[in-house]
Order: sequence, then C-alpha cells, then structure tokens
Amino acid sequence: MRRARLCLAGALALGGCSGTPLGYMSGSGSESGDILQRIAWGFSAIAVVVTLIILLLIGAAIGVSIRRARREPGAAVARETGGLSFIYWGVGLSMPVLIAMAVWNFIATRAVAEAPAAPGLTVEVTGHRWWWEIRYRDPGQPDHVITTANQLVIPTGVPVRIDLTSGDVIHDFWVPKLGPKMDMIPGRTNVTWLEARDAGSYRGQCAEYCGLEHARMAFEVTALASPAFARWMAAERAPATLSDTRGQQLFMARCAACHTVRGTGAAGIYGPDLTHFASRPTIAAGLLPNSVAARERWLAETQAVKPGALMPQVELGDADRHAVVRYLGSLQ
Amino acid sequence: MSTSFDEAALASGDGSSRPVDPSPPLSPNPPDIAQRLEVAWGESPGLKGWFGSVDHKVIGIRYLFTAFLFLVVGGCEALVMRIQLARPDATVLTPEQYNQLFSMHGVTMIFLYALPILSGFSNFLWPLMLGSRDMAFPRLNALSYWLFLAAGIFLYLSFPFGAAPDGGWFAYVPNTASEFSPGLNIDVYCLGLIFLGISTTVGSANFVVTLLRMRAPGMSINRLPIIVWGTLTASVANLFAVPAVSLACLFLWFDRNLGTHFFEVSGGGQPLLWQHLFWIFGHPWVYAIVLPAMGMVSDALPVHCRRPLVGYTLVAMATVATMVVGFGVWLHHMFATGVPTLALSFFSAASFVIAIPSAVSVFAWIATIWTGRARITVPFLFFTSVILLFVIGGVSGVMTASLVLDWQLTDTYFIVAHLHYVLIGINLFAVVGAVYHWFPKMSGRMMDERLGRWVFGLMFIGFNLAFLPMHWLGLAGMPRRVWTYGADMGFSTTNMIVTIGAFLFAFGLLLFFINIWRGARAGRVAGPNPWDGPTLEWAIASPPPVYNFAVIPLVASRHPLWEDRLGDTDERSLFAEGFLLDQGKETLAVTPLDGEPDVILKMPGDSWLPFALSISLMPLFVGLLMHSVALAAIGALAALIILILWFAPHPATVQDEAVRVYG
Repeated sequence: MRRARLCLAGALALGGCSGTPLGYMSGSGSESGDILQRIAWGFSAIAVVVTLIILLLIGAAIGVSIRRARREPGAAVARETGGLSFIYWGVGLSMPVLIAMAVWNFIATRAVAEAPAAPGLTVEVTGHRWWWEIRYRDPGQPDHVITTANQLVIPTGVPVRIDLTSGDVIHDFWVPKLGPKMDMIPGRTNVTWLEARDAGSYRGQCAEYCGLEHARMAFEVTALASPAFARWMAAERAPATLSDTRGQQLFMARCAACHTVRGTGAAGIYGPDLTHFASRPTIAAGLLPNSVAARERWLAETQAVKPGALMPQVELGDADRHAVVRYLGSLQ
Repeated sequence: MSTSFDEAALASGDGSSRPVDPSPPLSPNPPDIAQRLEVAWGESPGLKGWFGSVDHKVIGIRYLFTAFLFLVVGGCEALVMRIQLARPDATVLTPEQYNQLFSMHGVTMIFLYALPILSGFSNFLWPLMLGSRDMAFPRLNALSYWLFLAAGIFLYLSFPFGAAPDGGWFAYVPNTASEFSPGLNIDVYCLGLIFLGISTTVGSANFVVTLLRMRAPGMSINRLPIIVWGTLTASVANLFAVPAVSLACLFLWFDRNLGTHFFEVSGGGQPLLWQHLFWIFGHPWVYAIVLPAMGMVSDALPVHCRRPLVGYTLVAMATVATMVVGFGVWLHHMFATGVPTLALSFFSAASFVIAIPSAVSVFAWIATIWTGRARITVPFLFFTSVILLFVIGGVSGVMTASLVLDWQLTDTYFIVAHLHYVLIGINLFAVVGAVYHWFPKMSGRMMDERLGRWVFGLMFIGFNLAFLPMHWLGLAGMPRRVWTYGADMGFSTTNMIVTIGAFLFAFGLLLFFINIWRGARAGRVAGPNPWDGPTLEWAIASPPPVYNFAVIPLVASRHPLWEDRLGDTDERSLFAEGFLLDQGKETLAVTPLDGEPDVILKMPGDSWLPFALSISLMPLFVGLLMHSVALAAIGALAALIILILWFAPHPATVQDEAVRVYG
C-alpha cells in the first residue's frame, strides 16, 4: 500500500518525488516529517479534487450555455434566474472544506512546532555564505566546544534542539525529510528541533536566498544510533592528529589564516573548521563528495567549481596540492 | 439599438469591409457640436501635442504599450533563466548574472508590467464607462505615465553597467546591505522603487477622485462596472501600501549611504523590520494587480455570455472584502522567520478566510456562463481560462495559507508555481482577453479571431506545461532562486519540460503581438458596439472622439445599452438629451454617492509640465545614485520651478455659466 503510494508519487512527479533527496512527500525520517507528509498529501489531494470539480463545472457551464444559445439564436440578451444559487452553494460547500483544512492545519502546527519531550541535545548552527558552521557545546563545561561544518550529526530517537543564527545574511535551515524550515537571522537566535527516527543520511539545504551561491549551500544530517553517536562525539572531541608532513606545513602557510585545525597552530575563523575534515561526507557545502579526486578538483579550480565562493583560488603547484590533499585526508 | 452582431462574419476575420456593427453610435455626435468640442479638446499639433497630451485615452494606450514592452523584456529574462535551468549544473549564466536576471524579472513583471497594464486599461476605460470626458486630474494622469516610464528607464539603465538589482524583487536585508552588496545594484533598486512609487501614488489618487466626481449623472455607485470597483479598491490600497515600501527603500538607502542603522544588527537595527515593511506593502499589492483584472473578467465575460453578471453586489463586495482582509495577511510571507507560532496562526487563519471572497467571484463567473448564452469568442476563451487558472492558483494558495504546510512549501518552486498561476492566470490571461475585447474600442478595428484561437491554445498549453510541473518541483524540494541544481537532485526532467512550456508560452505571446499589429493595420472595421455590450463605452464611436461624449448621457441602470431587452426597470438611460458643456474644455462633476450633477469643471489642456517634471526627476535620482550633489541639485531645482509653474494661479475662470442642454 505504502509502496503503491510511493510509485504513484514517483509517477506524478515525473520521477521527481520519492527519489529526490529534498522531497518531503515521501521518505520521511521523523514523526514531524510524517505529519508534514500527511498534510502535504491531504491538501494536495483536496487541491486536485477541487480543481477537477471546477474544471467539470466550467465544462458543463459552457455546454449548457452553448445549447441555450443554439436553441435561441440571435443576439438575445436575457437575465436567466437561478445564477445566485451557484454562489450560495459554491461558497456554502467550500466553507466546510476550508474549515476542515484550517483545523487540520492548526492540529498539525501544534504537533510540529514543539518537541514532545525535553531535548536531549542542543546544537548551534550558524549560517555563513555559503556553508554551515555546527557547534556542540558540552552542557557541563560550556567552554568545551566541538565545531564542525556542513554535517549535522544527531542521535536517533531523541529531540535535538537546534539554535539557529547567522554570521552574515539571512539563511534558512531546512531538512525536508525531518521537519519544517526555519530562518537563520543575524542578531537573533531562532530555535527549531529535529528528531530522527531512523539512522541514516538526510539532505539539508539553505532555503532563503542568500546571494551568489545560495543554490549550493547544502548540508548533510547524519542520524546515528546512540552508541555510534557517542563514538562519533568522542572522536570529534579529540584534537587533530599531528603530523609533520609537507602537507601540514603548506596548510599552515597557505590555509591556516582562514581555517582552524584544533590541536595545531591553524586557528582561522573565516572558513569551516577542518579538525576532522576527512570524516565528513561532502565538501564545499554538499556540492562534492569528500573523495581525493574531489578535494583535488576543489583546490585546483575553486572558483570554477563554485563560482563566487568566498574561498579564494589558492595558487598551489601540482606537487604542493597533492601534499595538502594528503594532509586533509589525514584529518580523520 | 445594435442587434446586428454577426458571429460568422466575425469568426471569418477580415474580408468584409462592412463594420461588425454598422449602426451609428447611440450617443449623438452632431457635426456642429463635434466641431466645437474638437477645437476645445483637440491636442496641439506637433511635439507639444505628443509630449503634452493629457487625453486619458492616449495615456491609457501608452500605458498599455509600455507595460507590454516591459512584459516582453521581463519575459526574455525569464527565457534566458529557463535555458540555464533546463539542464542540471549548466553554466550558461554565472550566478551573478542569474541573480540579476531573476531580480529584474520580478521587479519588471510586478512593478513595471502588472500594475501599469491595469492602469492602462483603467485609464482608457474609466471615463468611457463612467460617462465622463476625462479623468479628474488630466495633467496628474500624464505625470503618472511619464514617471512610470522614467522610473522604468532608470531601473533598466543599470543593466548595461552590470549594476542591475540582484537581491530579488523582495531585496531582503542584510543581503542587500552595503556590507554584502557593495555595488550600486541595490541603490538602483531603492531609488527606482521610490521613483516609481510617486507615479503609483499620483495615479491612485487620480483614480479615487475620478471615481468620486467624474461620472455621468445617474451613475450611482451601485451601477459602477466591476473594473471600476477593482481599480478603486486597488487605488485606495496603493495609497496605504506604497508608502510602506517607499519608506523601507528610503531607510535602506539611508543605511547604505548615510550610515544609519534601521536594519543593521550591529547598530541595533532589525533585519525583520524590512520584511514587515516590505510585505505590508507586498501583499496588498498582489491584490492590487489582480482585482482590476478580475473586474475586467466580471465586466467582459458577461457580454460574451449575453447576460448581466450574476451576483453583481456580491462580487463588488467580495472585491472590497478581499482587499480589507488582504491588509491582514502579510505575515504569511514570513512563516519561517521565527515569529511566535501563536501570532503566525492568526495570519494563517486570515489567509484561509481570503479564499471566501475569491470563491464568490469564481462561482459568479461560472453561474454567468451557465445561465447565459455563450458566444465562443477569443475573449470568452481567455476569460473562462482565467476561472480555471485562478482556481488552481487559489487552491495552491490555500495550501500555502496553512502555517505548518508552508513551513515546507515556502521558498520552494511550489511558490513559484503558485504565484505564476495567480499573476499570469488572473492578470495576464485576463489582460489578453481584455485586449481582444476592447481593442475594437481603442483602434476601431477587430483582431483576427482565427489567429486569436491559436494564440489562446498556445498560451494556455504553454503556460500549463511550464507552471503545472513546478508544483511537483516544489514538492520534490527544489528551492527557489537557485541558479542551478545538481544532477543527483532529481529535478532534471521536470525542469526540461518547464523550459519547453515556457518557450511555447512565449511563442503564443509573440503571435498575440502579431495579432494586434495585424488588427491595427487591416482588421475588420468594428463600429461602435461590435460585441453588443451593455456599458457606456459602447455607446460612442470606435475609436472614441477626443471628448468621448458630445452629449453627457444620463444613466438609469447598470446596463444602459441593454435596458430594453432586460426589462429590469421602466426607466431608460438618456443619450439623445443631456448636458452639452461646449463652452470650452469642460466636463461635469457629480456628487460622490448618488451621481447628482454638481459643478462644471474647466479642464486643463495640453501641457509640457508633466513630461518636464518627470525629466527633471531623472537627474535628481541619478545624482542621488552617483552621489553627485550638483546633478541632484539641478534636478531638484528644475522640479521646484516646474511645480511652481504647475501651481501658478490661472487667469480668472468663469464662475457662473449657463448650462446648455442638448435635445
């Protein structure tokens, strides 16, 4: 049954619905997502039915009208009675549908707007042009902060509170399969929450126009079962493994002004924190997979891959670039 | 009485030299009086007549022409964007080019096409429908047009310099603050909208006063055509709404150029203030650009259904009610901004409520067809399609009215689909239908019906092919305002279909313009009332004489030309006798509600002043843009001098004048 509906969705969306990473008509990964999915389907169905009814009514009206015109040819002008009842019946019958939709809307709003339980974890997400900064603050020791980028890792089965703000312009935090979107506005903190039911990956996307590369400001939500999440957290908490390679030296000289690698001298704050860079699934805010080839490409032609990105084209010889890429790969 | 409508001849297009309506106009135009009025009302020859014309018909047609020109420009921008979006990861455009294009597409369509095109119709039609000789303030009317043109040119001059607005038509701060948008782009936007706002404001004021005073005796408010209700509602709304956006733009310009902090966080400002000010304007504006168009459907569809509109009073009330509620829903553009849910819920509820007056219009139109005798003309096809497209845009609107669902829908292509169904569906389809309907009145010639059917077919199919799949793109999660998308996102096929639809639609529009051009050159002669319509504009010649009515008619009902056949009332509107007003350029003013004759108005003739004032504002705004005090001062000084001339007292006017009555 569910499968049949998915197929129908796929057919309807011309192959663009169930399979799409950002679609919210199917593949929900949370309770909120289910509620949103149901109301999206329900309202869409009502919209289609209403449109079809009106289409039939218009067709019938034209038919009746033409027949009357044929029966009484010439340029007869007359005021047939009975027209007002269309308005009374039409509006009268629309009202209960409208009221039902409004009530459904408010019930669903209530369910989605607030988490059912106290959040088990708070994550701070800050929007930047055009990437995401994600911080985990240890509640016991607020100074202990884990900073990562473009990958939001959450445990399954507990509500996660997300504090949203922006470092520059307005962005919008949106993980369609997990919950509703929320703006990230400089100067204020908007709060939203997520709760993933199943472990897995969910794509997130900036939904508010934020300038040049708004299109390519995506991220990945990785939901992990509790033990896996604890392991991830422990690994993230550790500083970067030190090495004494040429790649690290080059990184310190050429990249450290903007990027931080915790445990080394690199402490730049303009770009993403790269402490455990190699463990992340994507680079350039969801644009490329985090593979050696993609890292090479990103460094070699930054501005061609993501025109307008605030990371400048860093001039590196081939050998130097390979060294830096190797160093980045070591940041597990 | 013209009852000689010849459907077969009409459908066959040209060929016959016989006018569609061969009878003389119902409103008499005796040669001796016509000659006298021609002298009083005629324009000066040469350049002064061209630049100085204050004739509402000339201004109306100029509005239409210019707005269609902007439609073509905005449409071409859309087509370029559709080429870029047809395939994933395309690089036809750079992100900056794409952002300028989508911003200018929005600004152009919403500000330079959608309202001006309706102002054009209303300008042309109001005095003709109301039985007057001109608008209340003819020079203000000309000023409104010239300012619109100047503001449009001002906005577009930035394009060659690569400095076109690139912050979207909504220009959300702080993306548009100087820190993140240091170029001139956003200054062009701010100043351009303030510039255009002057045009909208004076135009709206003119409509409101015209409605109150410039009507034929007996044209009481319960007899107004619905387009008059629509434009009146829109104009009143504009007077309240436009100041919000002009103020917001001024604040933003201050923030960018004078270092104020209205919107800047570091100085204690609020980025959300911009959004509130913008949407307090923006949402009523949406209704301002559809209500007059709905009015055109309400007036013209019944003509092709051979009966009066069903539920006139309900439709008129629904028009006003839509706008009243429309001022209380602006927050539904801000559902995802983190405003408390309880506050948003009220706006969500109000947005549901707005569906009710819309439903009234829809069912009134369907009932009009059902209980009428439809003539399947091109205007009929367009007006009927408006009903369907309006319903699709309406039900998707109800979906977005839902707070919780909008948290998913907003900022996706679903909204793009919704707003185009509303704006193209209600505005453009109604406008094209209205051109077919009123073109004979404007030009004296018919547009070809056969070509018109092709236009309709292509536009209807192209439009739906382009915009129906966008709903699915939105539901599949495609965000708006993206210059490209990845191949792995699953949007590719649908986007290709959308692009094909867009080009089909554009081709339909191209045929439409060809249809106009051919109609103007060689269309069949129309005669005064080719569609056998009921309202006053059909009682005079096509095209109308410069003074509209030689004898001011006396109106007795809502359908002066159908009274005999409807038999609603024993009273008859009088055309063959009435006020003459031939001692100079004068027309009649009536009392606001009942339309009782009140005073004779002396109307101004051709004038350079409106054109000159618009020209003088150009250096003022360019000076402000370029930070050139000298240039701005020259413009301001020139504007001041022109305004002094404008308001200079006239030589003594006649205070008492014997009223001459014809017939």
